[in-house]
Amino acid sequence: MSIYHEDEQAIKTTKLGGFLSSWFKPVLPWLGASVFLGLFFFYPLARILWLGLNPAALNTIDLASLLLAIRSLLFTFYQAALSTILTLVIGLPAAILFARYNFRGKSFLRVLTAIPFMLPTVVVAAGFNALLGPRGWINLGLMDLYHLQSAPISIVGTLGIILLAHVFYNTTIVIRLVGNAISHLDPRLEQAASTLGADPPRVLNRVTLPLLRPSILAATVLVFIFDFTSFGVILLLGGPGFSTLEVEIYKQAMQIFNLPLAGLLSLIQLLCTLAFSILYSRIVIRTAATSAPRAAATNLRSARTGRQKLFLSGMVVLLLGLFLLPLVSLPLASVTRLAADRGERGPVQYGITTDYYSELFINRSDSIFFVPPFEAVGNSLGYAGLTVVLSLVLGFPVASALAHPSHLGRFLDPLLMLPLGASAVTLGLGFIITFNRPPLAFVTSPLLVPLAHTLIALPFVIRSLQPALASIPDRLRQAAASLGASSYRVWFAVDWPIVARATLSAAVFAFTISLGEFGASSLVVRPEYPTLPIAIARFLSQPGGMNYGQAMAMATVLMVVCGIGILLIERLRLPGAGEF
Amino acid sequence: MLELIDIHKSYQGQPLLRGVSGTVSAGETVCLLGPSGSGKSTLLRIIAGLETPERGQVCWDGEDLAGVPVHRRGFGLMFQDYALFPHLSVAENVAFGLKMQNLAGAEINLRVANILEMVNLTGFGGRRVTDLSGGEQQRVALARAMAPNPRLLMFDEPLGALDRNLREQLMEELRRILRESEVPAIYVTHDQEEAFTLAGRVLLLHEGVIVRNGTPEQVWSDPGSVWAAQFLDAGNVVAGIVISTNPPFKIETPVGVFDLDCGVVPVPARDGVVPVLAPDGVGTAPRGGGHAHSPGAKVDLLISRRGVLLGGEGQVSGVVVDVIFRQEGFKVTLENGLNFYLPNAPRLGEKINLIIPASGIKCLS
Amino acid sequence: MKQILLVVFLLTAIFFSACSPQSTITLTIMTHDSFAASQSVITAFEQANNVKLIFLKSGDAGAALNKAILSKDAPLADVFYGVDNTFLSRALDAGIYEPYASPLLANIPVEFKLDPHNQALPVDYGDICINYDKAFFASHNLPIPASLEDLLKPEYKTLLVVENPATSSPGLGFLLATIKHFGPDGYLAYWRSLRANGLVVVDGWETAYYTNFSGSSGHGLQPLVVSYSSSPAAEVIYASSPLTTSPTASILGPDTCFRQVEFVGILKGTRHLNLAQKFVDFMLNRQFQQDIPLQMFVYPVNLDASLPQEFIQYAQTARQPATLDPAVIAANRDKWIADWTATVLH
Repeated sequence: MSIYHEDEQAIKTTKLGGFLSSWFKPVLPWLGASVFLGLFFFYPLARILWLGLNPAALNTIDLASLLLAIRSLLFTFYQAALSTILTLVIGLPAAILFARYNFRGKSFLRVLTAIPFMLPTVVVAAGFNALLGPRGWINLGLMDLYHLQSAPISIVGTLGIILLAHVFYNTTIVIRLVGNAISHLDPRLEQAASTLGADPPRVLNRVTLPLLRPSILAATVLVFIFDFTSFGVILLLGGPGFSTLEVEIYKQAMQIFNLPLAGLLSLIQLLCTLAFSILYSRIVIRTAATSAPRAAATNLRSARTGRQKLFLSGMVVLLLGLFLLPLVSLPLASVTRLAADRGERGPVQYGITTDYYSELFINRSDSIFFVPPFEAVGNSLGYAGLTVVLSLVLGFPVASALAHPSHLGRFLDPLLMLPLGASAVTLGLGFIITFNRPPLAFVTSPLLVPLAHTLIALPFVIRSLQPALASIPDRLRQAAASLGASSYRVWFAVDWPIVARATLSAAVFAFTISLGEFGASSLVVRPEYPTLPIAIARFLSQPGGMNYGQAMAMATVLMVVCGIGILLIERLRLPGAGEF
Repeated sequence: MLELIDIHKSYQGQPLLRGVSGTVSAGETVCLLGPSGSGKSTLLRIIAGLETPERGQVCWDGEDLAGVPVHRRGFGLMFQDYALFPHLSVAENVAFGLKMQNLAGAEINLRVANILEMVNLTGFGGRRVTDLSGGEQQRVALARAMAPNPRLLMFDEPLGALDRNLREQLMEELRRILRESEVPAIYVTHDQEEAFTLAGRVLLLHEGVIVRNGTPEQVWSDPGSVWAAQFLDAGNVVAGIVISTNPPFKIETPVGVFDLDCGVVPVPARDGVVPVLAPDGVGTAPRGGGHAHSPGAKVDLLISRRGVLLGGEGQVSGVVVDVIFRQEGFKVTLENGLNFYLPNAPRLGEKINLIIPASGIKCLS
Repeated sequence: MKQILLVVFLLTAIFFSACSPQSTITLTIMTHDSFAASQSVITAFEQANNVKLIFLKSGDAGAALNKAILSKDAPLADVFYGVDNTFLSRALDAGIYEPYASPLLANIPVEFKLDPHNQALPVDYGDICINYDKAFFASHNLPIPASLEDLLKPEYKTLLVVENPATSSPGLGFLLATIKHFGPDGYLAYWRSLRANGLVVVDGWETAYYTNFSGSSGHGLQPLVVSYSSSPAAEVIYASSPLTTSPTASILGPDTCFRQVEFVGILKGTRHLNLAQKFVDFMLNRQFQQDIPLQMFVYPVNLDASLPQEFIQYAQTARQPATLDPAVIAANRDKWIADWTATVLH
């Protein structure tokens, strides 16, 4: 009797569960991210945009404003397109280099290429100035060599340095997203192409690149959006001759307080981002091709032929030149003291000092906002850790759902990219008017920082995870299930080993984004708990060699912390990873 | 003609190929048969140019291919799980090699259509390769490899993942296609049934060397070594000792005493001289490639499972411990471990006597 | 999935618990990024009034003010410090302040009291001046330019770097000085000539001072930079090795400096009006006022406050600073900036 009863119960529950799951299950993976984005992105954004773009306010927008908007839009497109192309030109060979070759110093070079991504623009500007500025090493060297009177290279304040800085910042996106895809590429597809008579360039064009298309597209769109919304680079390196939408939004919203125009520009920027994201999703869905996933290590080799060696050494030299030279000037400046007598120009007197570092620990002016370096490192690491956890927790279900094409996914996918296209200024103002009263009165919460960072990191996390999750053939899962594994264990036995590497890549993205983020942080951070970039910016806001030196010392600390962080995450022996 | 000369290759410090030599002539299909890990696939990859040997040469019509890159060798290779291009359709996969030859579009279309017809895939051209069944994918891979008219075709265990019926059907198709096209082919497999079906000649690869080279029939009936006999499961292998050197030799084994004809011409032993190989025909001369044994020497025998007769005073007797029905007859296992195919099933526990014909006993020295 | 939901829940819980109100009374001061004060001074106020002070730094001066205006219906803070005379009218027009006639206003010269209704009370002032690199002019045997007109001389070609007034507060100050000096109809002609004389424009003070200025650690090309009259003192105080004289100095000619005054005010809607008034008094009293120079490198408005030795020795204030009525600035700033942009940048 009791047996029957239980059976009936079981049937009932299954039926009810089936009904619930039929509509609830596809929604469930999106729940966390949707609530999060809805509350912390779409709601405040809608409120601030409405404030600027309600019908009454819109009347204040005149022809001159529209012309300004169009001019900014055109320049923004122009520089973003050029920057993206250049980034791909450097990034794709670099991705091949890291995914295919073993060579000495590989980890170092890999970390080196990732470091710019998290350096605040003030510091990068200082680095570029030390290298390429009118009195930078290169110019001084050339002047010395050819007995020139003035600096032969003047790149600061030109479009050239904007492009260079964008390449410097964003190459790591290509290296990570495309490199991850390359290392999972089945090498036999390329071998099959060669046995069919394809020479190496044709193998690349007809097989490798088409197979990498989803990841290349993902990287292109992300790089483009980053360049499209560029702010600090334009302001600090390009100078007032150049104005992107984001810079114009800042001027209009913060300096001129023209909220309608700022709102209009924000909306244009958002719609462009949305258009890129939709375009991207469409192309990716159309060209997505599943091939059997491979363990990453099997594709690694050392350079053997002369051509391979030439490629390898050429790329290493190029990357060192592009990444090491501007970066090395920061630690160098952090231990160099200008001679007290800054008299004659010409041979400038230098001395070596550790003062800047020891001064970091001393609150000489007894400031309430003094933050010892360890505390700033601790704050930054704390925010970064929370960002990693939060973006992975929110991103994993979404990436899994996206791995199986569905109508819901196709609709929601482009929306996930939007936070990248929102101006930090606009969103910051949105936070102010949204989270300043109960029940959402947390505009003063220190946790707003990791939340803002998660908004930016989430698209990267999802883009890193999704290709790996999509590459898992269903039959692998079915095989595991047929061997008696529960869905939970199926995930750990099948999905996890394959996506573990992609997860690391996603974690590194979230980590570096959080460590380096400045724009949003400066608007929401509590002054008692500043991040490293905020601490650096504070030093650079006052005159004096000691302030400059301490900023460089703090920037060096940031670089070291970030480098160690990336190395640790990459070295992390995730259970099951790499044994696939 | 493909010629391999003394190919050596090691993998992670362990020797994998230890001096492999051999030839593949025009129109010939050679099967490279060996267990997993014997280096078969590596040998194929070396021939294709995907890997370089540490020592030795791969030659085509006398020309050393060491400096010729993969894409100029003109060798077609069919990969183990096909390695079809997932971003291309069936027709585009097949046309890939033709495009690499820069042929005109119309000609490519014609040849793709022809070759798809040959592999029974007419009308599949527009399909995505990821939507195909295993057998269909296998045919696309074959069509793709054959389309550019390679001068040599290589197959790396192409039927491994397929079910039995499909495998047999595809084997026969492949046999037909290879015969009709007259392309020399090397077929790598660990499955002797595939090897015997397809091959004109079988090369048996063991621990990096070729241990047997012959037609399927030669290799099957005379594997030449204990390992080969066991790998091919060619019959019962028993160890014995030579007790009489007067041909036919008498070999004593734990399961009985057997006569063994090693093809040696009877010459009386003089003064205890051991019969040895004498190529000049003087002394104990072998006949037709025969050889001799000295008394007391250890000899391994291969006792055929087929052609045995039930008889009163047989060489082998024993209690039946197992009887299994097979297409070839009942497989009867005796308590001493030997097994045979018999037309009728004996009862379990029954003691039977068997007569083994002289041709059913081979020595594996 | 359940585990994930649990983690989300926990994170949310942590998040909300972190912003739950503390037990003691807190007074929140919204300010710009440059605000600084001594620990001892702040602690003294907190102990005397049994209150916890929370500072909300909200971007640069413009950004902070805009945030205060946007959130005026539900203010984020009790006190807002950091509006200067260039932004004062915007703040007053938005009506974010509660008037408060602090008794300490008595010690403040009338020239700083720009708001007659005492909604915004002056706290400090500074002069935006052209700084020069002493060593450059010494080694090139060049006289120091003494007036705005001097800067047009050919010997100073390509030697001046200024900040974009659309993105930088000192940049705006210097623009206003030229408008004061040449008049709203004449300043554009002056800028055209400056441009013809190789003027360099950058977006922010950091770039101007640390990248372009030859007298700073960036060893740039321009020995003349728009900065503050207190910057030479900061160069000594924050020298990387001890200095007896400053490597830089300010040009203190007629109208070469623009006087910037910063204000504090009580935000409308505060729930701690009494404490907020006490805090405003505190910002105007001698202790805090004397703390100002070395923390923010500006001058105290309270006449009773004495200056630190470094300021007396190395920094000077302008004898004849340029000033403009905040209402005039407010009415014209967007137009002036737009015209300047069209003249100088395009």
